[in-house]
Amino acid sequence: MRLRHLFAVVMLSGIYSLLSAGIFVQLDAVDVAFTEAAVGAGITTILMLGTLALTTDTERPPVKRQWLPLVVVLATGAALIYGTLDLPLLGDPNAPANLHVAPRYIEQSGQEVGVPNIVTSVLASYRGYDTLGEVTVIFTAGIGVMVLLGGTRRRKRKKNRP
Amino acid sequence: MIEPGLYNYWIVVILMMAGFFIVMSHGNLVKKIVGLNIFQTSVFILYISFGKVSDATAPILDEAYTEYSNPLPHVLILTAIVVGVATSALGLALIVRIREAYGTVEEDEIIAQDPDS
Repeated sequence: MRLRHLFAVVMLSGIYSLLSAGIFVQLDAVDVAFTEAAVGAGITTILMLGTLALTTDTERPPVKRQWLPLVVVLATGAALIYGTLDLPLLGDPNAPANLHVAPRYIEQSGQEVGVPNIVTSVLASYRGYDTLGEVTVIFTAGIGVMVLLGGTRRRKRKKNRP
Repeated sequence: MIEPGLYNYWIVVILMMAGFFIVMSHGNLVKKIVGLNIFQTSVFILYISFGKVSDATAPILDEAYTEYSNPLPHVLILTAIVVGVATSALGLALIVRIREAYGTVEEDEIIAQDPDS
């Protein structure tokens, strides 16, 4: 948080993504770990480095210390910790989240879809519309980035020949 | 292998608050995006730990196993990771444009140049 050199900040955030991928493996979510390692640690880091190349890579030192954010964060954190006390324990097979549709996916998807990886069959078959929506979001974001960055090149060209 | 307990939620809360603090306290826009990413990953860990079942294996069907972790949070978070990258790409593109328009990526300098806002 204190680092002024943004290159180091971006590298540390890449390492953090890779470590969280390790946590996902430990929690049995191998597909999520793959995606986090490839997309979170890889593509996001590249995008941030590209941004640093286009802007600046040092942060101006802060003018004054701010206590308000710290107080807000501590209060919110305390409220959230209090909220966790009622949640089911880690690894509880009878937690409500594990009793609704998940058993049906686990028991039936082998016959219904025929793919051994349950995550794949839920993603592509049972929740295919979600994935379609996801692709739409990526498409929209891609168009947004192209509009934002493509416009600059045109303006520069206009500036060069007045 | 993994002890039952509530500590995973506490880790999530600590990471979430770290990201939240970075977003609020730093004026540099790139650091704000990094803080948002930390916040986002803490939410991912929260969802994945909901789906964890003790002594279960990854949800890939095999004759040798009968207990699987809940595959549904994994699917949701796969989608969320990719959408998260799309949104941070959009945010970073906005930063590049702001830098071109104002010549800085520090929040207070931008506000100082915009007295009307």
